Amino acid sequence: MTELSRIRNFSIVAHIDHGKSTLADRLIQLTNTVAARDMQEQMLDSMDIERERGITIKANTVRIEYPAKDGHTYILNLIDTPGHVDFAYEVSRSMRAVEGSLLVVDASQGVEAQTLANVYQAIDADHEIVPVLNKIDLPAAEPDRVREQIEDVIGIDASDAVEISAKTGLGIPEVLEAIVTRLPAPTGDRDAPLKAMLVDSYYDAYLGVVVLIRVIDGVIRKGDRIKMLGTGGTYPVDRLGVFRPKMADIAELGPGEIGFLTASIKQVRDTRVGDTITHERKGADTPLPGFKPSQPVVFCGLFPVDSNDFEDLRDAIEKLALNDASFSHEMETSAALGFGFRCGFLGLLHLEVIRDRLEREYGIELITTAPSVVYHVFLRDGTMQELHNPADMPDLTIVDHIEEPRIKATILVPDEYLGDVLKLCQDRRGIQLDLTYAGSRAMVVYDLPLNEVVFDFYDRLKSVTKGYASFDYQMEGYREDSLVKMQVLVNEEPVDALSMMVHRDRAEQRGRAMCEKLKELIPRHMFKIPIQAAIGGRVIARETLSAMRKDVTAKCYGGDATRKKKLLEKQKAGKKKMRQFGKVEIPQQAFISALKMDG
Amino acid sequence: MPADGRTAPAVWQTAGFGIYVHWPFCAAKCPYCDFNSHVAAQIDHGAWADAYETDLDRWAALTPGRLVHSVFFGGGTPSLMEPATVARILERIAQHWHFANDAEITLEANPTSAERDRFSGFRAAGVNRISLGVQALNDGDLQRLGRLHNVAEALAAVDMARAEFDRVSFDLIYARQDQTEAQWRAELSTALSVGMDHLSLYQLTIEPNTPFHARHQRGGLHGLPTEDRAVRLYELTQDLCANAGLPAYEVSNHARPGSESRHNLIYWRGGEWLGVGPGAHGRIEQTVGRIATAALRSPDAWLRAIAAGHSGLEEKSTSNRREQAEEYLMMSLRLSEGSDLGRLCDLGYELQQDRLAELIADGLLERQDSQLRTTARGRLLLNAVLSELLSD
Ligand SMILES: Nc1nc2c(ncn2[C@@H]2O[C@H](COP(=O)(O)OP(=O)(O)OP(=O)(O)O)[C@@H](O)[C@H]2O)c(=O)[nH]1
Ligand SMILES: C[S@@+](CC[C@H](N)C(=O)[O-])C[C@H]1O[C@@H](n2cnc3c(N)ncnc32)[C@H](O)[C@@H]1O
Ligand code: SF4
Ligand SMILES: [Mg+2]
Repeated sequence: MTELSRIRNFSIVAHIDHGKSTLADRLIQLTNTVAARDMQEQMLDSMDIERERGITIKANTVRIEYPAKDGHTYILNLIDTPGHVDFAYEVSRSMRAVEGSLLVVDASQGVEAQTLANVYQAIDADHEIVPVLNKIDLPAAEPDRVREQIEDVIGIDASDAVEISAKTGLGIPEVLEAIVTRLPAPTGDRDAPLKAMLVDSYYDAYLGVVVLIRVIDGVIRKGDRIKMLGTGGTYPVDRLGVFRPKMADIAELGPGEIGFLTASIKQVRDTRVGDTITHERKGADTPLPGFKPSQPVVFCGLFPVDSNDFEDLRDAIEKLALNDASFSHEMETSAALGFGFRCGFLGLLHLEVIRDRLEREYGIELITTAPSVVYHVFLRDGTMQELHNPADMPDLTIVDHIEEPRIKATILVPDEYLGDVLKLCQDRRGIQLDLTYAGSRAMVVYDLPLNEVVFDFYDRLKSVTKGYASFDYQMEGYREDSLVKMQVLVNEEPVDALSMMVHRDRAEQRGRAMCEKLKELIPRHMFKIPIQAAIGGRVIARETLSAMRKDVTAKCYGGDATRKKKLLEKQKAGKKKMRQFGKVEIPQQAFISALKMDG
Repeated sequence: MPADGRTAPAVWQTAGFGIYVHWPFCAAKCPYCDFNSHVAAQIDHGAWADAYETDLDRWAALTPGRLVHSVFFGGGTPSLMEPATVARILERIAQHWHFANDAEITLEANPTSAERDRFSGFRAAGVNRISLGVQALNDGDLQRLGRLHNVAEALAAVDMARAEFDRVSFDLIYARQDQTEAQWRAELSTALSVGMDHLSLYQLTIEPNTPFHARHQRGGLHGLPTEDRAVRLYELTQDLCANAGLPAYEVSNHARPGSESRHNLIYWRGGEWLGVGPGAHGRIEQTVGRIATAALRSPDAWLRAIAAGHSGLEEKSTSNRREQAEEYLMMSLRLSEGSDLGRLCDLGYELQQDRLAELIADGLLERQDSQLRTTARGRLLLNAVLSELLSD
């Protein structure tokens, strides 16, 4: 058992790529938590996708022991968090398990959108915050300017921010001292009934579900019978331990400590993040406050390119869902694409990550349909339906009105690009809420419809600002607007996978852009193909893909027969990448490309 | 095998047996040409004649008892061969096989004076048909095509050839840069007024790995026709030729009925042929099945391989019945007469009836008794029609 005053729990938060995981590496290294020969870069990013993309997706915990200058050895539990906005939920729940945060800011870049978002969450969680200026080894680093910026923009004292280079190791001992001297120790009562917070859980092929816990009061031991207050499930504790960062068994965990347990739990779905764990007998009865569950905000259809892969896709999706409670799925049939799944994600990066894993780890080629947000469709009879898929839009005659999700977006951008950013937001039906300056950077806050953002807003933002803008958002609830379902008809047949919800005022423009795009994306056929966009039965835009008139090889003699055959084989392979709609073949890639709008 | 126990006639008996001899050298390389043709400083004519003989000996062992319907000297520029080489080849062929009574022996010739002088030598060697690469009847365009002759020389060569040989044909390339319909109408009318029995009229194709292709990729080579103009030029060609009594019997080939090139018909009707010389392809029927062969493309490599007693082949593969049927459809649908569905049936091949019905309903294919052929519109879309018909 560790005395509470010798424990420090903290999360490392920052804007994406500012060096959280690298700092975690140095802390692990300097405290000899891992043998030198086992060290590797960003060692907590253990998922393939994380290593490949160089980003953190899952929050990770490590317990390190640090002999401080005061002569005592402290137990430090650090949680490395993801920087990307899609995984903001991981950050917020991690923060509930600790008392302080290291706020890492890249000294060459300064405060960015997620820096702000994270600080606000840390303040919400009553954290003590230690600012850390990273990457001071870079020639472009301007620690003084950034220190000033932190004070101006965020409004926290940065005078004793620690200057470090997580890359070279400079300043790391100072970080360790700051953790011990500036962050508070946890509190808790060892003799009270057990209360532990279920921080996270994941599925391990060998161990089953591994549950990450933070003990608030009481003591938990291997072999104890525990009960989850929220779900009511009871289990025997098979294994208890801490991450160093490898799993290491431990006899007990007391107040203030963070560790894991396994308890023959079959599925991640049987655990609820934020739940309170207590003893089955003589346990606590009042639960901890708990967290708001994460909600998927972006939905899209995933269909196998080869319809024979449907069962494999089902298996793969179910396996992934076991380990990712924020990802939802239900079966979907599309007239155009056959059987597939309608899946919900935290954001586009989350969508991409899941799709990537399905394609690579499970070898299934996928067609992804246009991402859509969840609309609230209010019917004339007073009821409300959640609409996850534009194809399911009820008949207009029974619809009273439709509400769409809105977000509050914060964008930080160098002055010279401000005009472009404002235009982009305005074009996306944004309402400006705030505009302030911090040095040569502007901070704009916009109220935007989520559906204008999910698809390519971030790409557009990056391109109009040459990558200098940063962006973060939070959900702001639903609001009514004049929304309609736009259908696309190819050769007079509606293609359900291309239906989308649009604002009435932009329907025509969207429809025209869509038809023009499709005209480029669909190869010409032997007949002419009308491409139309329609609302209800009314056509609002139309293009005609002219018929191919000539496609014949001029010369074909003995030697050309072989060449011709190869050409035909190539064509056959190409056809496999198409979907048949009536007589028309549409390339798979068209389903996504058609929705990317320029400007 | 038919029910009465007779053996069905072999492919070579119904669709012909031919020998293609490839001469890989030219005086200069034309910028649009992707044939296996090379410019060589020196050519050892004796060594080449030896190699052709050796190769023929080897082929003869594999294809005994055939009746030779056609020999075709193609290139490159076979009119640069020494007549003696042509003579040795034809003699060797006669030693191995019998010639059919009306055997066609064609030689491709370029219409420059150097080649014209050899016409009588070729005739003496046994050549009875000449195919001249005239390409254009417009001096400016001949230059743009990188040709070494002018219109006057070409027409003189045609006259000389007709004086020497019973059967003469020439090739034109159209749909050239900046060519208008009116210009092509005039040019083709001139060509038809010469009174030929056979013409090959190809739309200019920008082939990969040619200087024309490189220029085109760089955004050069202006004034090539749009698809619509290419269609109009093609239709104009069909009309003018048909009116002059030379209807198309294949996508790009026109003849007075009875004057079709027998050699090319062997390819399109799925007959049997040998590919002799570098880069030549062949199709022969063996007990294991129909074999597709391709010789080494490099002239030097081929010559050395043959001299060393090797086959000189780069590829030799047996086609299964499905592949044979598909190849037959690909080739025979080029012909006005179309494909013989009986032949497909013999190969155990079944067309996808729904696709076929749709292509017929769309006016791209038509069927008469056991022949399946393209309509005028379908022929212009043959590649797309085939991809529809053959896709699985
Ligand atoms: N020059 C320099 N580069 C650094 C330093 N710290 C981190 N980096 C580099 O910055 C990049 C991002 O570092 P990470 O540690 O993955 O950043 P992160 O904040 O964990 O990123 P996410 O988890 O994706 O939000 C990597 O290429 C690091 O090598 C530093 O002190 N100096
Ligand atoms: C084997 S080639 C060449 C024969 C001979 N060496 C000559 O050039 O006259 C036969 C014919 O194909 C045609 N041809 C070659 N390349 C072509 C191209 N890129 N496009 C259209 N026709 C082509 C020419 O009409 C040529 O006469
Ligand atoms: S077109 Fe004829 S002459 Fe010109 S390079 Fe090709 S084969 Fe030789
Ligand atoms: Mg990281």
